[in-house]
Amino acid sequence: MWAGFIFSLRQELIVTGIIFLLLFIKVGATEYKTAVILNLVNGLLLANFILGFIGCQDSILFSGMFHTNKLLVLEKNILNLGTLIISLQAYDWLKGHRQVLEFYLLLLATLVGFFFMISAGNLLMFYLGLELSTIPLAALSSFDLEKRQSSEAAMKFIMSSAFSSALLLFGISLLYGATGTLDFDTIGQRLDGSAFQLFAFILLLSGFAFKISVVPFHLWTADVYEGSPVTVSAYLSVISKGAVFFVFIQVLYTVFKPLAANWYRILVLLSILTMVTGNLFALRQDKLKRLLAFSSIAQSGFILAGITGSSRTGDASVIYFILVYIFSNLGAFGVVSLISAQTGKEGIDDYKGLYATNPLLSWVMAISLFSLAGIPPTAGFFGKFFLLMAGVGKGNYVFIGIAALNMVISLYYYLRVIKAIFMESQPEPIGKLTIPFLPNLAFLICVAGIIMTGLMGWVYDYIYSLSIGL
Amino acid sequence: MNLSLLVLAPLITAVAVLFCRGLNRVRWVSLAGASVQLVLSFGLLALYWKERAAGNDAAMLFEYRHAWYLPLNIWYHIGVDGISVAMILLTAIVMEAAILVSWSIKTMSKEFFTLLLFLSAGAYGFFLSLDLFTLFFFLEVSVIPKFLLIGVWGSGKKEYSAMKLALMLTSGSALVFIGLLGLYYHTGGAGGPHTFDWVTISQMQFPAEVQRVFFPFLFAGFGIFTALFPFHTWVPDGHSSAPTAASMFLAGISMKLGGYGCLRVAVFLMPDAAREYSPLIILLATIAIVYGAFATMMQKDLKYINAYSSISHCGFILLGIGMLTRTAIAGAVMQMISHGLMTALFFAAIGMIYDRTHTRLVGRLGGLLKIMPFISTIFVIAGLCSLGLPGLSGFVAEITVFMGSWQHAGEMYRLATILACASIVITAVYILRATGQVIMGPVREPQYNGLADATWNEKLAGILLGAGIIAIGVAPFWLNDLLASGVGSIMDHAEKTSIIK
Repeated sequence: MWAGFIFSLRQELIVTGIIFLLLFIKVGATEYKTAVILNLVNGLLLANFILGFIGCQDSILFSGMFHTNKLLVLEKNILNLGTLIISLQAYDWLKGHRQVLEFYLLLLATLVGFFFMISAGNLLMFYLGLELSTIPLAALSSFDLEKRQSSEAAMKFIMSSAFSSALLLFGISLLYGATGTLDFDTIGQRLDGSAFQLFAFILLLSGFAFKISVVPFHLWTADVYEGSPVTVSAYLSVISKGAVFFVFIQVLYTVFKPLAANWYRILVLLSILTMVTGNLFALRQDKLKRLLAFSSIAQSGFILAGITGSSRTGDASVIYFILVYIFSNLGAFGVVSLISAQTGKEGIDDYKGLYATNPLLSWVMAISLFSLAGIPPTAGFFGKFFLLMAGVGKGNYVFIGIAALNMVISLYYYLRVIKAIFMESQPEPIGKLTIPFLPNLAFLICVAGIIMTGLMGWVYDYIYSLSIGL
Repeated sequence: MNLSLLVLAPLITAVAVLFCRGLNRVRWVSLAGASVQLVLSFGLLALYWKERAAGNDAAMLFEYRHAWYLPLNIWYHIGVDGISVAMILLTAIVMEAAILVSWSIKTMSKEFFTLLLFLSAGAYGFFLSLDLFTLFFFLEVSVIPKFLLIGVWGSGKKEYSAMKLALMLTSGSALVFIGLLGLYYHTGGAGGPHTFDWVTISQMQFPAEVQRVFFPFLFAGFGIFTALFPFHTWVPDGHSSAPTAASMFLAGISMKLGGYGCLRVAVFLMPDAAREYSPLIILLATIAIVYGAFATMMQKDLKYINAYSSISHCGFILLGIGMLTRTAIAGAVMQMISHGLMTALFFAAIGMIYDRTHTRLVGRLGGLLKIMPFISTIFVIAGLCSLGLPGLSGFVAEITVFMGSWQHAGEMYRLATILACASIVITAVYILRATGQVIMGPVREPQYNGLADATWNEKLAGILLGAGIIAIGVAPFWLNDLLASGVGSIMDHAEKTSIIK
């Protein structure tokens, strides 16, 4: 009994274990070396990631509150990988930070929240997981303790999160009123598409839309990304978004299956709006963090396009894309993080002539941006191709045409950065930077992931074998 | 023969170059890599002839399949017919010459050669692909190296040109992408296993309305690569800003990717739509030919002259394809190869002149024959080939296109043929004028007098490309035989699967 329990919950338990270990160090140790803590945590996260590969069987715990199966374990492990990369990249920034332990306590708390959210079999459990992750995230946003902008970002984040939570809760309560249950499976059986249920569904959808920064609920994104420490922006754009997308697609494909005709149209509309808005705003940005923020909004639009496919390929392509997106976006954010930590420069103009002094960083940045833009041989090409391929499965070629056009638009602003790095120069370029071992390792993982994932078909095959269709 | 070697050879060389230290080693390793490609391509040609002589009349030879994305039925599937062999040969020759003329690149030479080799890997892959996904993958691979080559090592308004080229070519890819997805989802019936496999798709018949919708996407998408009017505007900027080797590759190979795609994918897989849209294709091709020729007359920069004349010459490719007669399509493919060699030689000569005189303006050059006889000679050969002098490849290709076009009896087609023929006169005007001013006459500036003629590497590049031009011009039969089976199968297929007779 207990063995099965522990085994099914092992990913959550390991991360919780790390949290407690750090907590004991915090409370018990009078003094500790930051570098030691960083190495310890990274080691533990690596172990956590590797242990995630241990096989598992499907099980349901807590009378339907908590589900686990191979797909969910894989999704959690993708998040583990992303967290590990982010943690490695944060090394440079955290080295000089006073509250390293608190940072990891909060970060891992959000991760546990995401895990429970992904495994939720019940709306309450889902909400609990979501809130467990949201509130520490707000605290993380203000982790640049000396910067006013950082506190401002946290404030904006907590306000918009509260608003979206309120919408979500309202939707949940209405749905409870309409169906008389909070259990996912039962809700699915009791949905009949009445106007009342649809209203509840739309409120729920809006709550999700906030978290994955879908237009028109995207307004917080750029400001929060800009103000937060780069590491936290990266976490928000990749892990937080990825986790919510995992749940979103799961919920749409199983619980809200009876409303598929309704949400298909909504998602197509939202997808177009999100892509176009994200891309058009990204065109005019001068700060790299804001550019990446808007680009991540546009990417959300592409992911929605994959979801509209409503098929097994749709599910597989979304999970595959998020994996690829973790590598590509973290590659780009990693470079920004390193440069920002060492020089404090974050504008696109500051990157002019970077290639002359830092060829390695420049190539990492270029490869990541090409992957975000979806240019082969990077994995981003495969990710985008499969997303749109799934999206067109219903025969909506106009929609995919707009998406393809958006890929061209997005190429422009990614190329702008590459142009600045490789082709332009400035009187005072960023000097030669030293890259510590751990961030270097993170870059290696990202670049290897970007180059290898697409060429190795079995990654997609494996994801597909676990995916669910409508 | 394992065709994947052709893709792997440049990739391995590219990685090897990255690990080289010192300019000399970088150059020699790149040259060795390009030579291996050349040997492989000639080996492929020999093997291909051997197979054919042995009576193997399969449409595609040396096929190789490997599952890539099985759930989506995407395969890495390659194979060659006569047309692909010819295009691969062209790529290998142009690549070798491009490496040779880049000998003087000193800034970031390692990156330069790596990107150039990377570019050639994409071209080989494209010409080999028999799976539409693989084909699209290799088509898009070239975006990164093209953008960086032009933007970093280019001249003039290089950033603008690089950006314009990347965006326009990606728009082309986006159109191709939609067309490919349209094809994919109309294979295998509703819910059945869809496929990207070119061989499988070619045995299917698409309903006329499906062809009507998706043909324009594919044709226009590939058309952008081959300077289809009105999407030709990237050509002059891109070609003239690029460094010599990249110009050679862009005009020589890259633009041919489009023509090859139009033929292999759009026309071959959707013959009915090709017939329906043929008047439009002819119209646009004729505009490109005539407009390109007139625009060239106005140019003062040698690179712009060649770039605009490329628009005109690539118009012949599209004209031949649009005519849909056996001879015209054979002519179009010949024109691809002839133009590939000719324009590469032309850009090489222009690059050599520019390296020495530091100007490309026709008005500031003159009397180069006296100073650099070798460079002047290849310049003249390229020019004469461009205006279609008998004995050189341009004549063979163009006359085949015209003969094929004339077989099409429609009034509009006749008119288009006449206009296209007439444009040769304009070509003669701009080529002879440029040649006269740059090569003949007195030496324009006194400082030109001390300039050196071509170095060994430049001579080798010039001889290589020039030999190709003359070989085709003097003995076109071998090329014709090589292409015949490929062209024949396209036309047989078009007649066999056609719904509308």
